[in-house]
Amino acid sequence: MENKLYVSSSPHFRSNNSTRRIMLDVIIALLPTSVAACVIFGFRSAVLIAVCVATCVLLEYVSRKIMKRDTTIGDLSAVVTGLLLALNLPVDINPLIAMFGCLIAIVVVKQMFGGIGMNFVNPALAARIVLLVSFPSAMMHWVTVPGQPQGAMIDATTSATPLAAKAGTYSYIDLLIGRCGGSIGEVCAIALILGGIYLVIRRVISPIIPCVYLATAALMSLAFGLDPLYQILAGGLLLGAIFMATDYTTSPVTNWGKVVYAIGCGVLTMLLRTYSNMPEGVSFSILLMNILVPHIERLTAPRTLGFVKKAKGEKK
Amino acid sequence: MAKGYMKEFTKGIVKENPVLCLVLGTCPTLAVTTSAANAIGMGVAATAVLICSNAVISALRKVIPDKVRIPAYITIIAGFVTIVQMLVKAFAPAINDSLGIFLPLIVVNCIILGRAEMYAGKNPVIPSILDGLGMGVGFTAALLLMGIIRELLGSGSIFGVQLLPFQILIFILPPGGFFVFGMLIMLANKLNTRAGKTVKTTPCNGCPMAANCSQKAEKCGEKEAADHVD
Repeated sequence: MENKLYVSSSPHFRSNNSTRRIMLDVIIALLPTSVAACVIFGFRSAVLIAVCVATCVLLEYVSRKIMKRDTTIGDLSAVVTGLLLALNLPVDINPLIAMFGCLIAIVVVKQMFGGIGMNFVNPALAARIVLLVSFPSAMMHWVTVPGQPQGAMIDATTSATPLAAKAGTYSYIDLLIGRCGGSIGEVCAIALILGGIYLVIRRVISPIIPCVYLATAALMSLAFGLDPLYQILAGGLLLGAIFMATDYTTSPVTNWGKVVYAIGCGVLTMLLRTYSNMPEGVSFSILLMNILVPHIERLTAPRTLGFVKKAKGEKK
Repeated sequence: MAKGYMKEFTKGIVKENPVLCLVLGTCPTLAVTTSAANAIGMGVAATAVLICSNAVISALRKVIPDKVRIPAYITIIAGFVTIVQMLVKAFAPAINDSLGIFLPLIVVNCIILGRAEMYAGKNPVIPSILDGLGMGVGFTAALLLMGIIRELLGSGSIFGVQLLPFQILIFILPPGGFFVFGMLIMLANKLNTRAGKTVKTTPCNGCPMAANCSQKAEKCGEKEAADHVD
């Protein structure tokens, strides 16, 4: 991507943006979450993140070589995919399962559709869903560590995520600092919000998608009689809204498109959380809206400058 | 002459494989290949119907009026499907249970109607039987291949014999079926290209990604490929 020469019509603005620069910003934004994961769940989270990132980069390199295309590991997008996938897994997952997820993300979803910028859904998210459907017991095996409300005095015990737990088990503070069960990247809300603020300040993402997504989810939970703040902090909603739904390739370009897309994500998430037999619905709702993005963009295409819309019935 | 007959038989297995090259009969292919045993049951049942219906339709091709040929074909096919269904119910009730609705649905299997329309309605009896046999074997082989792959990865076994210590459940679910199907079509295209045949590609206007496809110009610019209708 970096070495391509773009010829566009004037005006010519020059900026220092490059794929590598943006991906580096996303990695920096994910650092607090990664560190929090290592602090909360221990050394094994670091191993899991390392395995996923290494596998993704290796697979990206190998698959590009096999397809006789130029190497793209330099743009760091495979690192981001690996990091996001790792943050979406439970800490005690078998590393082989995690590596299978990397294969789905990089080879099947990304490279088979033409590499970076060509994938039709978010690779890390698609991989998470494939793993969730393929290994339901391993993927829903949440670990709680001592010091957490459900944690026993032994090293680790399994528990439900805050969404499936009985009401009153977790306080807002528990959810903010990650004293609860869940995948390694979704538990610590503060770290995720910090990363999101960094991305917005660096102008890597526009705040429209996360804000509208979270607001829709909050409104829907009010309508369902649930606690809106609890619904936003618990589960993968923050991780999904800030890092998954804002993926450039799979989210709309136009502002109104972004609004429609985010509202769709929010509505679907809350419907799935309330009515489906699974506790969480963030990944499925973002995936569904990813697939709708080309149609959303067609509907919200901006008016060309100087173009006047014909009145109804008027002949050309 | 014998060589010509042989060609009628073998074309259905590789070059014009009904599932992987003509992309016919997709519905039973995706639905029943969750295990190798199901795949064989479906393949054999469809082959039996295909041979019999091809033979009868070919024998009656000069009697059937052109305007009502499709209803006539369907009636003949439905008769044979009923016979096959009764036989399966009597002698292999387990297969009947696992195939369920897809056994009577052989009536509308487009491989069978397709061969009746494209081949048996225009050719003599013996080549039609061979054509039906070849297409049936090709159908069964493709189904068996898919069944083995999906059962091995999805349940860790082949024909019920446990081989792998793990299961990747998605392979026996519908998305896994589509995935394996796509991979096998890719493989068949690759083999056919290597053999020097041009591969038909589906046109781009049905694809939602067409607007931002990087390969559109080189792949779909000049070639106007025929539509596949299943």
